[in-house]
Amino acid sequence: MSSRRNRVVSEEEINELISKLQSLLPETRRRGAGRASAAKLLKETCNYIRSLNREVDDLSDRLSALMETVDTNSAEAEIIRSLLRS
Amino acid sequence: MYRRSFKDTRSSLGSPNPNFSKPMVALRFLRALSLVRRSGLGACSPSYRARGIRRAAYACMAASAGPRRAWSRALLRKIRRRPGRGLRRPRAVIWRHRPVGGGDRLEVALRRLVPGGGCMEYCRLLEEAADYVKCLAMQVRLMQTIVDSASHV
Repeated sequence: MSSRRNRVVSEEEINELISKLQSLLPETRRRGAGRASAAKLLKETCNYIRSLNREVDDLSDRLSALMETVDTNSAEAEIIRSLLRS
Repeated sequence: MYRRSFKDTRSSLGSPNPNFSKPMVALRFLRALSLVRRSGLGACSPSYRARGIRRAAYACMAASAGPRRAWSRALLRKIRRRPGRGLRRPRAVIWRHRPVGGGDRLEVALRRLVPGGGCMEYCRLLEEAADYVKCLAMQVRLMQTIVDSASHV
């Protein structure tokens, strides 16, 4: 079963998706003004996802610690207010 | 395995999921946090509770993104599957539908990082990765906002 199950995707479609991915990376991770090579972009995307996962871990730790010390019931109103403001 | 033309994909990328606005995700996550607090996890060690919060974060993110996305479906499947309950599928089965050609090292790495990315075609993988990155970044910003405002109370 070596035939591809899906149709052949054109180069143009891949490039469009790659530039969309590039636009989602934060400024510091975008290399140069021109279009990054696909390989560089994949590498940056992988690194970015890994760093986001680490941030979620870190923020979960901090939230867990806060839950212990802060009375989150009273904090909830303030949290919701600031979320709606942003 | 159904096929989607690129045009269909493009139009679905343009129309946002109505559930995935920031306030909705925020409320969902806050509700999950209060459940964590009220459940037995509230009295546990901080690190165990942190794991519950982390799981809640990914679950809320995936639930808000909805079933239209392969990554959200895969995440929800993974989270809802409790370890030890029922028969565990051997790992070999999961990779049975690995795409032909293998792909380079970076593509394999991306497939591992994006939930459900193991057996989709390359074009779809890029699309899912883009959506996943967007939602993950939003979740991080949300959690940061909550931590900031809870720290200042």
